[in-house]
Amino acid sequence: MSTALAETPEDIKARNKQVIAEVLEAYPDKSAKRRAKHLNTYDAEKSECSVKSNIKSIPGVMTIRGCAYAGSKGVVWGPIKDMVHISHGPVGCGQYSWGSRRNYYVGTTGIDSFVTMQFTSDFQEKDIVFGGDKKLGKIIDEIQVLFPLNKGITIQSECPIGLIGDDIEAVAKAKSKQYDGKTIVPVRCEGFRGVSQSLGHHIANDAVRDWVFDKAGDKIAAFESTPYDVAIIGDYNIGGDAWSSRILLEEMGLRVIAQWSGDGSIAELEATPKAKLNILHCYRSMNYITRHMEEKFGIPWVEYNFFGPSKIEASLREIASHFDDKIKDGAERVIAKYKPLMQAVIDKYKPRLQGKKVMLFVGGLRPRHVIGAYEDLGMEVVGTGYEFGHNDDYQRTTHYVKDGTLIYDDVTGYEFEKFVERVQPDLVGSGIKEKYVFQKMGVPFRQMHSWDYSGPYHGYDGFAIFARDMDIAINAPVWKLAKAPWS
Amino acid sequence: MSQNAEKILDHQELFREPEYAKMIENKRALFENRVPAEELDRVIDWTKTAEYREKNFAREALTINPNKACQPLGAVFAAVGFEKTLPFVHGSQGCVAYYRSHFSRHFKEPTSCVSSSMTEDAAVFGGLNNMIDGLANAHALYKPKMIAVSTTCMAEVIGDDLNAFIKGAKEKGSVPADFDVTFAHTPAFVGSHTTGYDNVMKGIVEHFWDGKAGTVPKLERQENGSINFIGGFDGYTVGNIREIKRIFDLMGVDYTIFGDNSDVWDTPADGEFRMYDGGTTLEQAANAIHAKATISMQEFCTEKTLATIAAHGQEVKAFNHPVGIAGTDAFLQEVSRLTGKPIPEALTKERGRLVDAIGDSSAHIHGKKFAIYGDPDTCLGLASFILELGGEPTHILATNGNKVWAEKVEQLLASSPFGKNCHVYPGKDLWHLRSLLFTEPVDFMIGNTYGKYLERDTNTPLIRIGFPLFDRHHHHRYPVWGYQGSLNVLVWILDKIFDELDKDIVAGKNDISFDIIR
Repeated sequence: MSTALAETPEDIKARNKQVIAEVLEAYPDKSAKRRAKHLNTYDAEKSECSVKSNIKSIPGVMTIRGCAYAGSKGVVWGPIKDMVHISHGPVGCGQYSWGSRRNYYVGTTGIDSFVTMQFTSDFQEKDIVFGGDKKLGKIIDEIQVLFPLNKGITIQSECPIGLIGDDIEAVAKAKSKQYDGKTIVPVRCEGFRGVSQSLGHHIANDAVRDWVFDKAGDKIAAFESTPYDVAIIGDYNIGGDAWSSRILLEEMGLRVIAQWSGDGSIAELEATPKAKLNILHCYRSMNYITRHMEEKFGIPWVEYNFFGPSKIEASLREIASHFDDKIKDGAERVIAKYKPLMQAVIDKYKPRLQGKKVMLFVGGLRPRHVIGAYEDLGMEVVGTGYEFGHNDDYQRTTHYVKDGTLIYDDVTGYEFEKFVERVQPDLVGSGIKEKYVFQKMGVPFRQMHSWDYSGPYHGYDGFAIFARDMDIAINAPVWKLAKAPWS
Repeated sequence: MSQNAEKILDHQELFREPEYAKMIENKRALFENRVPAEELDRVIDWTKTAEYREKNFAREALTINPNKACQPLGAVFAAVGFEKTLPFVHGSQGCVAYYRSHFSRHFKEPTSCVSSSMTEDAAVFGGLNNMIDGLANAHALYKPKMIAVSTTCMAEVIGDDLNAFIKGAKEKGSVPADFDVTFAHTPAFVGSHTTGYDNVMKGIVEHFWDGKAGTVPKLERQENGSINFIGGFDGYTVGNIREIKRIFDLMGVDYTIFGDNSDVWDTPADGEFRMYDGGTTLEQAANAIHAKATISMQEFCTEKTLATIAAHGQEVKAFNHPVGIAGTDAFLQEVSRLTGKPIPEALTKERGRLVDAIGDSSAHIHGKKFAIYGDPDTCLGLASFILELGGEPTHILATNGNKVWAEKVEQLLASSPFGKNCHVYPGKDLWHLRSLLFTEPVDFMIGNTYGKYLERDTNTPLIRIGFPLFDRHHHHRYPVWGYQGSLNVLVWILDKIFDELDKDIVAGKNDISFDIIR
């Protein structure tokens, strides 16, 4: 549906400015002022995207954001497969986050793995009145009886826990002692904390620091170290992403001793301080723990981007630059090996996708990281924004976006619809809540949180799927059927 | 290299490729400190035993894989059934993201709902300012005709008073004084999503009938012979409400669907996004007071609502999600009795066709054992139909079912020799059901998507009926109520039975019964 409304960067900027002004007009003054700070057009001469971020959402709008619990249980802790994660509080939060993030794992569910289960303390009124600590202790006892092969337990606090003043840390300590030093991690990720899921990531990282690293102390991992040991940090293995990344690192000669947290295990968390390099995919959700490991254990960390061959190639070289020639050669070997496959994928799909315009609104690293993959297919990202990004995310975004790109932080449903109506992209990439809105409007859509139940999208194997999926979305015959021939 | 541009492998196939299998196994062997295989097998076997079942049922504090959600989800479900109504959830915003996602995953449709986005400061000072700004923003942006306010557990724990807050917000000019803002307190730590549905429906009845929170005179009831219909929380609401309308129209009944969300979760794709579509008009909601009677399709979703309606002088009648001949017969007869309209020949013919279909097919179901789980009313409706089909309900489980429900199920079972060996499990979860399926196996399970984990663990084929259905598309467009709806249920059950018959066929080895005629 691309119509050449605007051609030059100046035209585009002028249009975007006008579009922003139009959406702000719909708000009451106070809210318009607040929202104005979050909407902008990127100016290539500036070092920042010039939007405010990580600020409270305004009430009464359809923000796409989640909460701290979603960030801790839903993202960071939930995929650690051999631990039981208790959704502590009422039944809902655990229910809605049950099995919905596709953090693939290998294990026997309910026996030694627990990712796609919902453990809840199912708070009742009496628990609110009298406190839930006693119940929590009992829950841990019952977990020990029914799931003897669990390797640890986390307590993921829902809203009421902090409000009624439960002492989950005391329960965790007492129960850990009772069960021979078992890892039991209390996480204060009540949903009202902070402004989005972002604080939940931070809190979850701090809990790893305080209740796994510090507790594991001098625990020695059961393997001999090598100079090539690395840890994958911030890959949740959505649709198997971490696997299609790991295979490349191993092919270039590195040894991945830990995966955080998709398909992860407590043993891997504990072993991570033995890594020679932490390689960080989702900066937003896990930079905290890599910074901590740098300070405390002297482990350097490097960000990488495994979306699309251009970025993969650059990232493989960047990672290799931290090692000797063996690894550097390994990186070149891997790049060369996959080059024909990538070329074949691009040859097949680029003609079908060239020139198509994309608008994104996602979380974590994706509002910037996937841009290169689209560009590899000849596509252009004309608008992007973060659900819960911070200033440093928007700084990083400047390396990816073109002059004039529309930037929208914590976009509301209202704004997003108007932006898409006016900019008329050929594809929108966002989440399940947005998917059907845009499809009704006749705009092709891909879920860029869950890969629309496809994936992986990371790595070379993932890019083939990514390219095919974008073709599936954009070139589906259905978009030509929306108008009845007689209307 | 696994991928090939000409045949791109999806995750299902990709990770079965030998290089990935090897990589994953290597990770497990070296870094995961995994449980030794013999120990794993021992525990797997142990979880299938009567001993484990006993320990599992001795649980008092832990809930595992419950089959219920929290009140606010039901609140949103009820609210979107009214014309241009925006659900407004007072509390932390993450909850709303969850409700919207949950409904979108089931209906494959957008779900519009806003939050007052309460954070730490609201936890300390209360959420009044969030209500004031929130109502103003919601009203300005989304131009609703009505806003239906409900709460999350956060707002309930700190004790925010919705009535006072809404009044306060109106005084501040957030919305016009005569703008309809209904409210219901829906704490997540009481009841389940069905309770939330009930509370919101009751709130809406009270708002329109009892003087809109003291701002206008209460309505005087003047009976007009029409009837109100309330569906209850129902994953098939799109197909069901339309089927009920068809039936009422066939009968010539004067009716109001109270809370009609059949259109908002089934809008066309024609280039336009309709945030609101269909719904009970606000005028209809108010006029519903004048009806002769109110029928609820789901007793356990509407206890408080019906009590409130009864207190206004109407006759009320609740069913338990009727499916099948007897349930539909009772429903139609009641409608006929209340309205004085005879049951038309067209429906009698439909009944006959369903009986015919059952006659054709029940041999395949007769004597088969079923486990049924779901919401209390759904379980009752499905169990009643299974009994009619000659199937034997064996475990009936509702995590949000109570003692009263259990007694009702017992009564139903006692009414048929096919219900003789069945047990009822109020308050139990799907991990309890796992133990039941290992120790007292059945032939089929009927329930929602979450049962697929049980299907994998226990090898019990799952017939997907209920809410949520995330891993199947478009079932919500088909009714399960009425004779036509019951026919759908019959077909889904039979399809699974026939698929199972052919499932393990290997040509040349065990394909003796690989028949083309069933």
